[in-house]
Order: sequence, then structure tokens, then C-alpha cells
Amino acid sequence: MLRRLLDGVAPRFHKGGSLERFYPLYEAVDTFLYTPGMVTEGPSHVRDAIDLKRIMSLVVVSLLGTVAMAIYNTGLQAHRAIEAGAAPRDTWQTQAMEWLGLSFASGDLVACLVHGALYFVPVLLTTYTVGGLWEGLFAQVRRHELNEGFLVTGLLIPLTLPAGIPLWQVALGTSFGVVIGKEIFGGTGMNILNPALTARAFLFFAYPAEMSGNIWVAAGVADGVTGATLLAGASEQGMAALADVSWWDAFLGFVPGSMGETSALACLLGAVLLVVTGIGSWRVMLGVAIGTVAAAALLNGVGSVTNPYFAVPFWWHMVLGGWAFGTVYMATDPVTAAQTDTGRWVFGALVGVLTVLIRVINPAYPEGMMLAILFMNVFAPTIDFFVVRANVERRRRRVSLP
Amino acid sequence: MSKAHDVLVDPLFNTNPIALQVLGICSALAVTTRMQTAVVMAVAVIFVTGSSNFFVSLLRNRIPSNVRIIVQLTVIASLVIVVDQVLKAYLFDVSRQLSVFVGLIITNCIVMGRAEAFAMQNPPGLSFLDGVGNGFGYGLILLGVGAFREVLGAGSFFGWPVLALVADGGWYTPNGLMVLAPGAFFLIGLFIWALRTWKPSQVEAPEA
Repeated sequence: MLRRLLDGVAPRFHKGGSLERFYPLYEAVDTFLYTPGMVTEGPSHVRDAIDLKRIMSLVVVSLLGTVAMAIYNTGLQAHRAIEAGAAPRDTWQTQAMEWLGLSFASGDLVACLVHGALYFVPVLLTTYTVGGLWEGLFAQVRRHELNEGFLVTGLLIPLTLPAGIPLWQVALGTSFGVVIGKEIFGGTGMNILNPALTARAFLFFAYPAEMSGNIWVAAGVADGVTGATLLAGASEQGMAALADVSWWDAFLGFVPGSMGETSALACLLGAVLLVVTGIGSWRVMLGVAIGTVAAAALLNGVGSVTNPYFAVPFWWHMVLGGWAFGTVYMATDPVTAAQTDTGRWVFGALVGVLTVLIRVINPAYPEGMMLAILFMNVFAPTIDFFVVRANVERRRRRVSLP
Repeated sequence: MSKAHDVLVDPLFNTNPIALQVLGICSALAVTTRMQTAVVMAVAVIFVTGSSNFFVSLLRNRIPSNVRIIVQLTVIASLVIVVDQVLKAYLFDVSRQLSVFVGLIITNCIVMGRAEAFAMQNPPGLSFLDGVGNGFGYGLILLGVGAFREVLGAGSFFGWPVLALVADGGWYTPNGLMVLAPGAFFLIGLFIWALRTWKPSQVEAPEA
């Protein structure tokens, strides 16, 4: 039925048709639903069922666990805060909860999911709408087909944001990420920075008040309960701040933080899918892990009297903040990471080292993952250049030309 | 007459020192968080480029070629000291905000560049117009960047509140990025994008 409908309107969009200008939109809908009619033929080409669209669809599948955790944990954290004495936020979400007759109990699974969804879904819809509009606009002006990169970017952006963020900021950040982070370089595949992280970095620097402090939990502030993340606590008090929390809670993700970043387990499951299907580079992921272990171990060894953050061991670094999420979904971005295998090791390791350095040494930024990945994105082509040069030199020596 | 018109007007859009030649960026980042400092800086640079071009051009046939840079620097430095003293005398607050950047006009590539590239080959009148034109081209970008940064970053214009801030019970949340130097970078980039869309001849050929 759908196929016939699409074929029926197809002539209008082809050359000479009345809606020729909107071919990119038609093409996007068509190939999103069906495998393209044009496939590679002839013996000289490698034929593979996988193309950009299938890759992006698989990444979306790998993110589903994280999304589920994001929705549940957003509700859970709000309800825990309310049980600790905080007032529910004076927002339409709270009114919707009351209208539905749901309780604010942290043990109530359905209530947590609904409350979390009421915060997560509007942010997601905002990123997709705003990002989709920009993508569509650029596709029309540049007369190329709409591509699916944004399907993933648009899902990554809400996962990196705190639950309490105003929607207009989401729209502004998404616009910045898509236009400045990607489109001005020529669109998907041409960007040097990860667009989702660019969007987050913009909001982080433009609206610091909304991206730190008490916005992580979607509820008012209770007496004696800080709304800050564990990272902020670790930055000030080191391991003492982590004494009340079990490592398993942080690993499973039942702690405050950006919506999608808290659960290292969900990211780990996504990582398995990405590595098995060959989409995410295991070299980058392992590189980040090695870099983190090395840097954290070094700082543990050095120690510091004034900065208790030095004493946080690597297994805590890996479950706190955006480490797991950044490692699995951001650092492995095939466009902005290094392209050579050796380069991927170097790229990953440096991301890991820088993350720990920024977290621990710089008191202004308790979280270093975003800045470390963006910084290494800029250096990825340089790393590749040296890897390729080294290879050229090695081969030249092998033939031993005079 | 038409040549005089060209040297005065071309630097505004066609050969803008910031947008096309990408010179004088450091001060464009540093002094554009407020309109007031941007205006004072623009006026100071217009005065220095115009006058230095005029005096260098007057001396151009007397300057031995191998010490010409030193002579140009002496002329420029004297003019900058004059500007600095005037600002200290009459606009002390602004002078304090501009701090070292008044002194750094000496090293502003635009001033030196015009003296070397234009004033050494052209008569004083034309050189003066060229200097003033380039100063205005620089000032134009400075004012544009300054306007966006002050309105978006602080909700005010020349210190007058134009957007009601959330902190004062209004609706506008100031954008912190605009106050930081990268905000100016993004704005200058967007200006260049707009200018090259308007005048496609400024787009460089892609490197092979």
C-alpha cells in the first residue's frame, strides 16, 4: 500500500514534475522506508546490504537501552528527590502526572516511566523538529538528498542534556550543532566536529546556569539533598562524596546526571551491538579505556593534598558522568574520529587521558568527556596524517630505493 | 576623483581588512563585548590608519628603503601614543577597559599593512583616504560584532538595557558564549559567510 502510494506520487517529483523542487524530501521518505531501487551492479563492485541508512538505523537500535534508562531514571530521580522532601516542579509535567492520577513514588515503575517520558519526549521532539527543518532547508538549497545522519544526532542530543533544560535552549543548541557543527562544512561526512557534542558545548558555555547546579533532577530542591551530580561532588570532596553511593548504582545508572549518560550498563550493551556489527570501532573504545586507566592510575600515584579528586580510581571515572556514553557513541563517530587503525588507538587513548586530566586538574570542569572528544576531533586528521606518513616511510624503506 | 572614491569605499565591503584579508582579529575579539569600547577602538584605529598613511606617504620619497619599516613604526607609534594620552585625559574609564589594546594598535596588521602596501607608493591625499577607508572597514565589523555581543550577551546596547533580563524579572536569558572570545569568532565567521554569499567573487578557489 505504502509502496504503491510512493510510486504513485513519484512522477511528480522527478525531473519535469510539478513538485521537482521537493525531490529531496520525497527521496528521504522513500528510501527511509524501502531499500533504494538503485543498487550496485556489475562484478567490479563490492555488494553489501549495508549503507548509510542501515548503519544509522543500527546505531539507533543500539541506543534504545540508553533511551529506556534515560526515561526511567529521569522519573526515578525526580521521585526520589520528592520523597526526600522536595516539592514537585511547578510545570505542566507535574500537572499531567496529577491528572493521570499517578503517584510520585520511586517504587512505582509506571509512574517513573511516565514522569520521565514527560520530560524526555518533548526534548526529543524539539531536536528532531528543529534539526530536521535545518537539514531540510540545506538539502533544498544545495539540491542534494536529505540524509540520515541527523537521525542519530537528533537522538544523541537529548541524551546528553539535563532533564530540566528549557525547550528553547534545546532548539537553539540543536540549530548551532547542525548549522555550525555540520552544515557549514558541507553536511554529513564533511564535518570536523561531532554535531551532537557541538550542540551540547554551545549550551554548556552559553547557558552555564542551566547546564549545572540543580537542574539534573526534575524536581525542586530538598533540604540537605544536593541536586548536583556525583562528578561535581567528586570534584569538591573526592571519594568522600561517593561514599553514600554504591558503584553498582552508578554502573546501572540510578544516579543523577544528563538524561542518557548515567547508565554505563546500557552503553556497554550498545557497545557490544556496535562492535559485533562492525559499526563502532572497538579500537577507539579500548583506547579510551586504556587512556583513562593510565591517567587515573598516574594521578592516584601522584596524589594531592589540596585536590581530593586525585584519589578517584579509574573504575569510578568510568561509571561517572558521560564517560561510558561518550566512549561508545561520541568518540566512535566514524566521521570525526581518526580514520586509520593505528590512529584510532592513539585518538582513543588521548581522549581517555584528556578526560581524566580535565576532570581532575581543572576545577572549573568536573566533566571532561565532552571537551576531550571535541578537542581530539580537531586533531584526528593530524593523527591520521602522521600514521599515513609513517606507513609511506616504512614501505619506502622496504623497497630500499636509493 | 573616482580613484579617491574607490580607495575610500572599497575597504568597507569589497576588500574589508577583517572579513577578506582576515587582519586585526585579536583586537576584534578583545574589545567587542561592549559597544562603547568597540566605538572608541574603531575611532582610534580610523585616526591612526588615516594619519599614519598620510605622514608615511609624505615621507615616502625621503625614506631609505632598508630602514623603511623602522620609520613607519616610529610614525605609527607616535600617533598611538597621542591617541592613548587623549583617551586617558578625556575618556579615562573607557581607556581603562581597553587597557593594553590601545597600545597594541601599533602591532595591528592593518595599520602597518596599509602604510607598507599603499602609502609607500601613493600621494598623501589618496593615502589618507585609503587609511580612513580601511579604518572604517575595520570599525564596521567591530561595531557589528559588538552590537550582537552586547545585545545577546548582556541584553543591553551602549549600556542601555534593551532586552529585559531574567535576573531583573524579564524574559531574556543572556547568552554566556557571546561574552567569551569564541562568540566573536563565530560572529566574524558568520559575517564572512554572509558577505561571501552577497559577493561570490570573494570566495577562494578550493585548494587542489
